[in-house]
Amino acid sequence: MIHITINGKVVQAKDGEMLLTVIRREQIDIPTLCHHEAVEPSGACRLCMVEITKPSWDGWCDYVTSCLYPAEDGLIVNTHAPKVNELRSSILDMFLARHPKSPEIRQLAAEYGVMKTQFEEVVDGDNCILCGICTRICDTMGFKAISMVGRGHGKEVAPPLNMAPAACVGCLSCAKNCPTNYIEYNMKNGGLTIWKKDFEMIACTECGATTITKEFAEYLSVNRDIPFDYFEKCDACHRKELAGTMGRIANWDREARS
Amino acid sequence: MTIKNVKDLNKIRKTSLATQKKHPKKVLVCCGTGCIANGALKIVDSVRDGLEKRNLKDVTVEILKETGCHGFCELGPLVIIEPQETFYTKVKPKHIEDILDKSFLDNEVIEPLLFTNPVDGSKITKYNDISFFKHQQRIALRNLGKISAHDMNEYIGVDGYQALAKVLFEMTPDEVIGEVTKSGLRGRGGGGFSAGRKWKICKDIKADKHYVICNGDEGDPGAFMDRSIMEGDPHGVLEGMMIAAYAIGAKEGYIYVRDEYPLAVKHLEKAILDCERTGLLGENILGSDFSFTIKIARGAGAFVCGESSALMKSVAGEVGEPRAKYVRSVVKGLYDEPTVLNNVETLVNVPTIIRKGADWYSSIGTKKSTGTQVFSLVGKVRNTGLIEVPMGITLREIIFDIGGGILDDRPFKAVQTGGPSGGCIPESMLDLPVDFDSLTEVGSMMGSGGLIVMDDKTCIVDIAKYFLEFLVEESCGKCTPCCEGLYQLLKIVERICAGKGVEADIEKMERLSENIMLGSLCGLGKSGPNPLMSTLKYFKDEYIAHIKDKKCPAGVCPELITYEILDNCTGCMACIPACGYDAIEGKKKEVHVITQDKCTKCGACYAVCNFDSILVS
Repeated sequence: MIHITINGKVVQAKDGEMLLTVIRREQIDIPTLCHHEAVEPSGACRLCMVEITKPSWDGWCDYVTSCLYPAEDGLIVNTHAPKVNELRSSILDMFLARHPKSPEIRQLAAEYGVMKTQFEEVVDGDNCILCGICTRICDTMGFKAISMVGRGHGKEVAPPLNMAPAACVGCLSCAKNCPTNYIEYNMKNGGLTIWKKDFEMIACTECGATTITKEFAEYLSVNRDIPFDYFEKCDACHRKELAGTMGRIANWDREARS
Repeated sequence: MTIKNVKDLNKIRKTSLATQKKHPKKVLVCCGTGCIANGALKIVDSVRDGLEKRNLKDVTVEILKETGCHGFCELGPLVIIEPQETFYTKVKPKHIEDILDKSFLDNEVIEPLLFTNPVDGSKITKYNDISFFKHQQRIALRNLGKISAHDMNEYIGVDGYQALAKVLFEMTPDEVIGEVTKSGLRGRGGGGFSAGRKWKICKDIKADKHYVICNGDEGDPGAFMDRSIMEGDPHGVLEGMMIAAYAIGAKEGYIYVRDEYPLAVKHLEKAILDCERTGLLGENILGSDFSFTIKIARGAGAFVCGESSALMKSVAGEVGEPRAKYVRSVVKGLYDEPTVLNNVETLVNVPTIIRKGADWYSSIGTKKSTGTQVFSLVGKVRNTGLIEVPMGITLREIIFDIGGGILDDRPFKAVQTGGPSGGCIPESMLDLPVDFDSLTEVGSMMGSGGLIVMDDKTCIVDIAKYFLEFLVEESCGKCTPCCEGLYQLLKIVERICAGKGVEADIEKMERLSENIMLGSLCGLGKSGPNPLMSTLKYFKDEYIAHIKDKKCPAGVCPELITYEILDNCTGCMACIPACGYDAIEGKKKEVHVITQDKCTKCGACYAVCNFDSILVS
């Protein structure tokens, strides 16, 4: 265990643990848009930047993204230094100019006092904030079906050649974790369409409700040893079955006692 | 043949030298990309045919040399006749018969093809008498334009691979690192970090593998020194990499070249193949314990891939995006192993440093910036091209002695150094010694060595706009301050150029620039506002003129200028067809008139008027 000082308070941390983890454990609120517990940090949004220094640095400070900076003993962290606050509102101002219609961005910017952007609004600005959570999750899941394509202002998240990606199994992890709900998908008539790819959903053998895509179930049964037939029942029916099983066990217990 | 040991190497060197001696008369044709674009390959064919006609077919290889770039591309194709060093410019195939008969076989000089001194119009015969070459000191470019770029034996003939032999058999890796550190060699890719120290950090890290990567992803507008070196002296680059690999204990190396450099890729591929065939690359090189292989990784031409962490991702086949470098790539680089990444120019200096010693190298240049630096001198100067000069030389010497001064004798305004991450330096600083630290001090940087010279007809706000456009186009888009911040800076500058700027814009740009510098992820974003900040610092008046007076003093920004025809118009009618928009009307020998609402301010009329009758205001 090591000790670091955050906003004047000495706290314990594991050596090498990322600063953001320690800061959030201390219930200190700093905003992030590209951080997600399930994936490696990326340092793209720059909102989690903090001021750091050490007594040996002779008054010199550095500004680092806390999501990527490993805690080291004796580090002094200021999560709301004036320069950091100014940077955060400036970045949120940039986000607001790029995604003026995004409710998530507007709310966060408002929290930092940015009600209206001082910059030129991008007229056809969409709500994809290029945080890369979807692509990193897809990588982590092992599919690599989507990635960042292009660069600069023209950058976007897309499957290779913008065609239905062979590697996608329709797990929906990208869409369900998108902080601005930008990734579109369509579920109807027992099917799913995402990234221009059509999937067949498995129907619950009990009630007919859809569970997950056939491809995803196959992937999980082959790679994660989960029996395929587990996915042939929906959540609700699994719970019903579980309740029934628990009830039977309770009956056996009563019978055994009497 | 294979080169199993130093004896074999020296045998080739001896044969190569003997051949040179036996055939002192040579025709050197520059076959760098610039000269090839100007038709150098046709010149080579003509010389070959000419030699055959003169019964010299058997010795064509000894006489005709397809060399690398001389750096004087604007005058290509270039042909040099040795041993007289007669230097011919803008040669066409029809000139070859004459050159061979008179200049090659006889000692005559063909005057019309000689270089014309732009200052006084005199003709200069010899290569080294031309001021563009005279003031240079060539270490990195030592072999360019001198030897056949793709002939390994010729490279060996000019002491090639002697430095490799020296380190393998006479020096320990630590001694090599010590020598390079002592030489003071600093990274020529822009950062200026001590090459020796980088090697030392990498070597000291215990790991399964170490890597050496040569950064040939040259992306600054107008800079082409790395391309020329890779094309013209590929073995020099390989030898530098081998020495680095021996020093840090690497067995694998990569050269990252952008795919827009097909000739560099071709020559490097041939050089690697020749080394593999002869045993200079592979297992137990020259009979030592050192084994090393080099692969070429071709980049798709993203500017950001010149940044170390993005480059390494690209080599590994991932999207070229930088990562935060709280752990440096020399510690955790390619495939998470310790990696030395050096620029082409840095590496090509290494063999000479080893051969001639650290003391020799550090005696050149200044105390903190030793050796020489290759610059790409472009813009409004008379002589443009690649030059290599000792560090510490002044901007004035570069621009006026080597560059021959400003085109058309116009006043000098500024020089932009360091490419898109650098800054503009005003006239008052022309006597600034050029080295890593003094350039940084004045708000610019060495970068990869671009020098863009501007005269009074260059609008400084327009220049800032140009670099911002470049950076916005090339920003990888990963982090917000660089991607969005630079975009917003560009929007403000565009507004100012269009005459729609307001006074508050200056402070807005300054604050935004500070936040971009503070908040960006990689060096490209952090230095992105430099061109804007340095112009704001030294040329604020010009910004104010655009904003307050709605005037572009240099007469460049279309929305802020008008073209008028003065009364001294002779009515020659030259400008009427030159105008693509039918905006000029007039009869012969009568003053012409520009219809303002048709005029697009393209400047075509100004360019053709011989009587200074067009006023731009």
